[in-house]
Amino acid sequence: MHKDLLRLARSERAVRRHLALCLAAAVLAGLLVLVQAELLAGVLSGRFAVAALLPLALVVGARGLLGLVQGVAAGRTTTAVKSVLRHRLLSRLRDLGPARLTSHRSGELVTLSGRGLDALDPYLNGYLPSVAVAGVVPIAVLVRLLTADLASAVIVLVTLPLIPVFGALVGMHTKAVTERQWRALSRLGGHFLDVVRGLPTLRAFGRARYQAEVIRRVAEEHRAATMRTLRVAFLSSLVLELAASLSLALVAVPIGLRLLGGTLELSTALLVLLLAPEAYLPLRNMGTRFHAAMEGVAAADQAFAVLDAETEPDPRPASPADGSGAGDGAPSADGPGRGAPEIRLENVTVRYPGRGEAALEEVSLVIAPGERVALVGESGAGKSTLLHLLLGFVTPERGRVLVDGDDLAAGSWRPAFVPQRPHLFAVSVADNIRLGSPGATPDEVRAAARAAHADGFVTELPQGYDTVLGERGTNLSAGQRQRVALARAFCLPGADALLLDEPTARLDGRSEAAVVAATRDLAEGRTAVIVAHRPAMIDLADRVIRIADGRIVSDRRVPRHDTENQRPSALDVSPDGFDDSVSTAQGGESR
Amino acid sequence: MSRTGKRLALAMAAGAAAELAGLGLIGSAAWLITRAAEQPPLAALSVAIVGVRAFATTKGVFRYGERLAGHDVALRAQATTREELYRALVPAGPLNQGGADLLSRMVDDTDAVQDLLVRGLLPAVAALVTGLAAVTLGLFLLPAAALVLLAGLLVAGVALPAGVAAITRRRSARIAPARAELAARVADLLHGSADLAAYGATDRALAACDEADARLAVLERGQARVNAAAACLGVLAQGLTVTGVVLAARAAGAGSVATAVLALTSLVSFEPVLPMAAAAERMTGVSAALRRLREVRATPPAVTEPERPRRVPGGPLTVEVENLVVRHAPGRSPALNGVSLTLTPGRRVAIVGPSGAGKSTLLAALMRLVEPESGTIRLHPLASGSDSGHPPHHTGARGAGGSGAAVDLREVSSEEARRVMTGLTQDPYVFQASLRDNLRLAGPEAGQEELAEAVRRARLETWVERTGWDTPLGEDGRTVSGGQLQRLALARALLNDPPVLLLDEPAEALDEETADALMADLLDATRGHTTLLVTHRLRGLEEVDEIVVLENGVVVQRGTHDELVDAPGYYRDLWRSEALVSRR
Repeated sequence: MHKDLLRLARSERAVRRHLALCLAAAVLAGLLVLVQAELLAGVLSGRFAVAALLPLALVVGARGLLGLVQGVAAGRTTTAVKSVLRHRLLSRLRDLGPARLTSHRSGELVTLSGRGLDALDPYLNGYLPSVAVAGVVPIAVLVRLLTADLASAVIVLVTLPLIPVFGALVGMHTKAVTERQWRALSRLGGHFLDVVRGLPTLRAFGRARYQAEVIRRVAEEHRAATMRTLRVAFLSSLVLELAASLSLALVAVPIGLRLLGGTLELSTALLVLLLAPEAYLPLRNMGTRFHAAMEGVAAADQAFAVLDAETEPDPRPASPADGSGAGDGAPSADGPGRGAPEIRLENVTVRYPGRGEAALEEVSLVIAPGERVALVGESGAGKSTLLHLLLGFVTPERGRVLVDGDDLAAGSWRPAFVPQRPHLFAVSVADNIRLGSPGATPDEVRAAARAAHADGFVTELPQGYDTVLGERGTNLSAGQRQRVALARAFCLPGADALLLDEPTARLDGRSEAAVVAATRDLAEGRTAVIVAHRPAMIDLADRVIRIADGRIVSDRRVPRHDTENQRPSALDVSPDGFDDSVSTAQGGESR
Repeated sequence: MSRTGKRLALAMAAGAAAELAGLGLIGSAAWLITRAAEQPPLAALSVAIVGVRAFATTKGVFRYGERLAGHDVALRAQATTREELYRALVPAGPLNQGGADLLSRMVDDTDAVQDLLVRGLLPAVAALVTGLAAVTLGLFLLPAAALVLLAGLLVAGVALPAGVAAITRRRSARIAPARAELAARVADLLHGSADLAAYGATDRALAACDEADARLAVLERGQARVNAAAACLGVLAQGLTVTGVVLAARAAGAGSVATAVLALTSLVSFEPVLPMAAAAERMTGVSAALRRLREVRATPPAVTEPERPRRVPGGPLTVEVENLVVRHAPGRSPALNGVSLTLTPGRRVAIVGPSGAGKSTLLAALMRLVEPESGTIRLHPLASGSDSGHPPHHTGARGAGGSGAAVDLREVSSEEARRVMTGLTQDPYVFQASLRDNLRLAGPEAGQEELAEAVRRARLETWVERTGWDTPLGEDGRTVSGGQLQRLALARALLNDPPVLLLDEPAEALDEETADALMADLLDATRGHTTLLVTHRLRGLEEVDEIVVLENGVVVQRGTHDELVDAPGYYRDLWRSEALVSRR
């Protein structure tokens, strides 16, 4: 058995019990076949009276019942194992935190924790019981044969090992080739999916029809190659089948001759005839379930690889925001909190595992209470890392982050955060807004939405605030999504700091204007750190910090202008704010 | 297909023969032993001895043949299904807008045909033949026993699978949404991890996953109970049938030879029949997959191809769009509602407007991916002369139609339309192939020189140098960043060099700096090339010859950048909010 799965089965009481029941029922049912053969041989040979058919029927009934028990227990085992693994996987991912979850891997993980684990079914409810039966029943059959007829027992004893031996020989011979072929098969599936996904592109360049020929040719070549391999690979099944049926012939013909000579009883002969195939059957069953089972093993390997990866203890497994109390209750009356905090970074260095250069290096920074800071710089410079640091998603390798003098790790610091591409959950708009404060009343939700300039379009949705958003919130425009995310921030009780990651990237001008207005309101009375690219966003700030290669390269204050109309030539920051960034953007993509 | 049909027949025959050999083996062995016990002369047994040995040998060989032929058929069938599916998808249809998940499910569905044959049809045929053979043998030996066997086989091989299939169909109607719910919760937890962590809601999201998992587990356990009950009933049917056969034989006073042969062949005849219940469960999933594939294949193509397609003459073209109306579905408001515009050779026209204004629909109509409801798109080969300067509201191209050889786009095949008008489309795709092949699909004839030139014009050369021409892209994490992807798509468009270049949101999904750089390079690279550029960003549009503003499928403004900035309206609003604080 898969060693990690075994450990899991041992440690989980429910799994242990159901699995044991399942295996026991399978083995017991296998052994009852011996009793059934005994009774049938007795009746057919006339040794037992016809009345023995009643116990035979009872044995059949017991086998059926055991089959039922085995199936039900197997169902409980697989669902329990999958639930445990799923829970551990997802908890593990929670502990890794958002900063270490790349979007590329998360797609894979969604599949693994969903359908991927279903591959365990055939392993747990098919292969494992067949292994247990194969370990017990052939031996029991042999023992019974030894006591009934030594000569037949010897034939079975000699031919029985041929099955695993030949199976292994042929298997070893063809293993590498077969595996390569199966991999090629899945690659072929991948190729087809690739072509189908890229069809609009192929169509645009007039290559769509041509590709149909390629699909046919690739599939045909693959089929020919696979069949060449299978001709050899299936030899193992030929050997298994031949060993089983030929040994039946080897047993039956001498028995017949000995019966003819009168040296053997008919009842013994029939018993041998009925029992001999039962010695081979479990081994063959195990063989046929092997392939499907290996897919389960692969899924288990994948799952445990995620669970065991990066076991280095994270000093703060969950983000502080996360721990600070499941967001119970409504927004507190004291609104934007006990006053905007001061944020202080002291010689902070952040390094991602497996990366040579630091994402942030020796950064020291003091952000005064109520200050609005814009972080600018090329993509990959370290702006998002700095935000993630303040959110507690990443921990500094060296240095400290202090909020009002307390270490971030200890504090009850709960900033409001709007990521670059906020995720809208597949629940109602209202529940999306009250993400951080599940107890918020409809009025509070509505007030937050109004503040975020979102009330207008939300009330126009089919069910208003109760409209359930589609998967990944696809039925709202990018600008509307940003405003729902801003409403989330408005709805968060006691959030006295605001962290925004390029909230207006990818928005067109009109949507941007609404988001900028909402952001301006939200930043009021809070300490705000805004990663910004667009001039309108930078214009909100009273201090612009430029980051390059993980270091602060410039830091300048902009006189504060609160009135919208007197927008001075705000971007005195421009010399080091943008112009150079345009010319170096090519390099910035390489992240 | 006939070749596949022949293989299929061969596989079915081999499978049935293997099962029959098994039946023959046990029957002849039972006869041999019980007859031998009556101590006849040896010669009376010789046929049975030969039979036992022959059946024993051939069974394995037939089984080998079945597995080979079966897999051959399955691979052929899968290849055919995939090719048919692909060919059905080639003409643009509504399904092409489906997401990546839908597509991968569809590709998985093509495996269903394989399952249907190897795990459904082949075993069913083998079971049917074996059952018939056993019952026929029984009819010769003892009709009463044969009837008992027939009843037992019908229960195990017909009633039970039918029952399982019916129950499974009902249950899977509940399991599928439960699975989808779990997948959605898991996706929320992973894709929304930053939002959840920042708002302290991760644990609640995890609990929602656990709840969804628990609900699914209840349903799965229910399905396991159904399968277990079916297995239990199968064992009972087999055992009780054999008991019944023996009882019937005894009651009829049959001899021990006939009784033993009847009992043992009955026992063995159930072996291929019992797996039918489990197969029935699997086949319900298969039939759903096949239904989905049929639906895809039945989807009508989005455009009607002309019966006698015309060719578009070579050389520079004027594109004239007149009163174009496009509706994506009947009853929905039109995506384009009477749009006219003219694109003369060498000119660059930009289409701007908010998302949903109909910009991409216009390009789709030009590429003949959608069928206009009314209005025309005409292509005029270069006229002899005098078509200069377009008034902003110029709607006809009478001046350009001088040569008289104008071609209505509906008269050309959609492939021909895309030969003439194509370029950078929405959501460009990187294939799991080398960079070279990824480029060459837009210019199969192109040599290294031309490839390098396209790469240089798309300002991709630094990246290409670093990545290498032959490195496979798009595979295991070797992902291409958004900026590189758009530049790759631009390089493809430049390499393809169509008479009319279409560029759909080339700066989509890029961050500000990257987008600005790409737009600058793109405007540089397309100078002097007939180009239609769709964008929602205005920076750089001073350089194009005309700008058309679309809103709600209608042209609301047109003119040069300078004209539009001076006039009140969408363009000026957008420009101001973009440029209000611009440092330019």
